[in-house]
Amino acid sequence: MSATASDTGGKFYGSTIGKKIVMAVTGAFLVLFLVGHVAGNLQILSGKEKINHYAELLHSSAGLLWGFRLALIASVVLHVKAALELYTLKNAARPIAYAKKAHRVATLASRFMIWSGYVLGAFLVFHILHFTTGQAHPSFDAHGDVFRNVTTAFQNPAVAALYVVCMGLVGLHLSHGLFSFTQSLGLSHPSYSARAKTLAKVVAFAVAAAFAAVPIAVLAGFVK
Amino acid sequence: MRTFALTLHVWRQKSAKDGGRFAEYKAPNVSEHMSFLEMLDVVNQDLIAKGDDPIAFDHDCREGICGMCGFMVNGSAHGPHRGTTVCQLHMRHFQDGEELWLEPWRSAAFPIVKDLAVDRSALDRIIAAGGFISVPTGSAVDGNATPVPKVDAELSMDAAACIGCGACVAMCPNASAALFTSAKIGHLGLLPQGQPERHDRALKMVAQANVEGFGHCTSVGECEAVCPKQIPITFIARMNRDFLDAVIHERPQSDRGGSG
Repeated sequence: MSATASDTGGKFYGSTIGKKIVMAVTGAFLVLFLVGHVAGNLQILSGKEKINHYAELLHSSAGLLWGFRLALIASVVLHVKAALELYTLKNAARPIAYAKKAHRVATLASRFMIWSGYVLGAFLVFHILHFTTGQAHPSFDAHGDVFRNVTTAFQNPAVAALYVVCMGLVGLHLSHGLFSFTQSLGLSHPSYSARAKTLAKVVAFAVAAAFAAVPIAVLAGFVK
Repeated sequence: MRTFALTLHVWRQKSAKDGGRFAEYKAPNVSEHMSFLEMLDVVNQDLIAKGDDPIAFDHDCREGICGMCGFMVNGSAHGPHRGTTVCQLHMRHFQDGEELWLEPWRSAAFPIVKDLAVDRSALDRIIAAGGFISVPTGSAVDGNATPVPKVDAELSMDAAACIGCGACVAMCPNASAALFTSAKIGHLGLLPQGQPERHDRALKMVAQANVEGFGHCTSVGECEAVCPKQIPITFIARMNRDFLDAVIHERPQSDRGGSG
C-alpha cells in the first residue's frame, strides 16, 4: 500500500501531536494578531484624531480587511475544533477519575486552559457585537468614530470591568499557551526552555496589561 | 526508631470487570525505616492472618530500577517524594496519624488487574511499534567506530533511564503517554545508530500511543514532577519535532523499495 498525501494528512491530524501542532500554529497567529491589535488600541491614548485615522486606514481596502478576517476566523475555528476534539479524547483516556488528585507543579493557567478558552470564546462573540457590528453597544456609531464608541462604552464601569477581567484571562491563557507552543513545535531545548516559560508569562501579561490599559484609562478619565 | 500509626484507604477491585471501592485499613506499627511496600506487606500479613484477601500491588526489584511498582499515594504517582518509585519511598516521609489514599494508575489504556495492579502492556506495544534499531548481528564492531558526542550520550542516557512504570500516564491530567513515548523515541534518536529509522519510529510509536487510547500532552509538566527517573518534558518537544519532520519527509512506500 502506498502512502498518499491524504494518508499523511490522516497521520498528521489523526494523531494527538498533529492536533497540538495545529493548535500551536493557529494560536501563534492569533497571538501575533493580538500584538498588532493592542498596538493599534494604544493609539487612543494619543487622542481622537489618531485612533480614528488608524481605523480608517484599516478599512481602506475591503479585500485586505476581509482576507485578514477570514484568516483570523479560520484560525479560531481550527484552534477550537482541535481543542474540543482533544478534550473529548482526554476524557476518554481517563474514564474513571481519581478520588484524590494532587497537583504537583501544574499552574492554574495550565489546568484551566479549556475553561479560559470557553470564556474567551464567549467574550469574542460579545466583543464583535460590541465594537465591530455594534448590536451590543448602546450608542454605536457605524460611521467609524471608533474613539466615541470606545469611550462611551468604557465610561460604564461594568463594561470596563468585564473587559479588564477578560484581558486577565487572555494573559492566563497565553501564559501557558505560549510555552505550550514551544513544546508542541519542538522548539524546546534544555538550554532555553526554562527561560521560554518565563518569557511566555512576560509576553502574555504584557499583552493583557496593554489591552486592559484602555478601559482603565477611559474609566479613570485620562481619555475623553 | 520512630514508629507510628497510619490509616489507609485502599482501592479494592477483584478484576477489570468488577466495580471497585475504597476499603479502610489501620497500619498501627509503621517503622520509619520501612519502605512503602514493606508497610503494605505488614498490612497484608494481618489480612492473611485474618483470612482476608491481601491487597494486590505490583513489585519486583524493590530498588527502584525495574519499573514494576507504582500506584497513587494521596493523588501523587509513587507518592509525594520527588524522583523515587513507591518501593523506594520510605515511611520517614510520613507523619503519625496521617490518612493515605491508595489508588491504581487510572487510564483507559491500563485495565485494572486487581486492586492496585494494572496491566501496562500498552506501553510494551508502543515500544514494539518502533522503539528499536535494526542492525545486522554478527561480530561486534570496533568500540569507537561510530563517534558519539559526550553531550548526546549523556542526554540519551537521561531518556534511557525510563523504567516504563507508567507514573507519567497516571499523573497526567490527560492520561497521556507522551513522556514515556518521547523517552523511548529520544534515547534512540540521539544516537547515530538510531538515525536510519528515526522518522519511521516517531510515526509508528506516536500512532501506537494514539491507538492505545492515551491522551494528548498539554505541557502541564505533572509527568516530569513524578517521574522516578526525572526525565524532563524537553524530550516531548523532541518527539514532537521528530514527528513533524517525519510527516514532512515521509516518502511513499513505492519510493522505499528502490528499483529492485
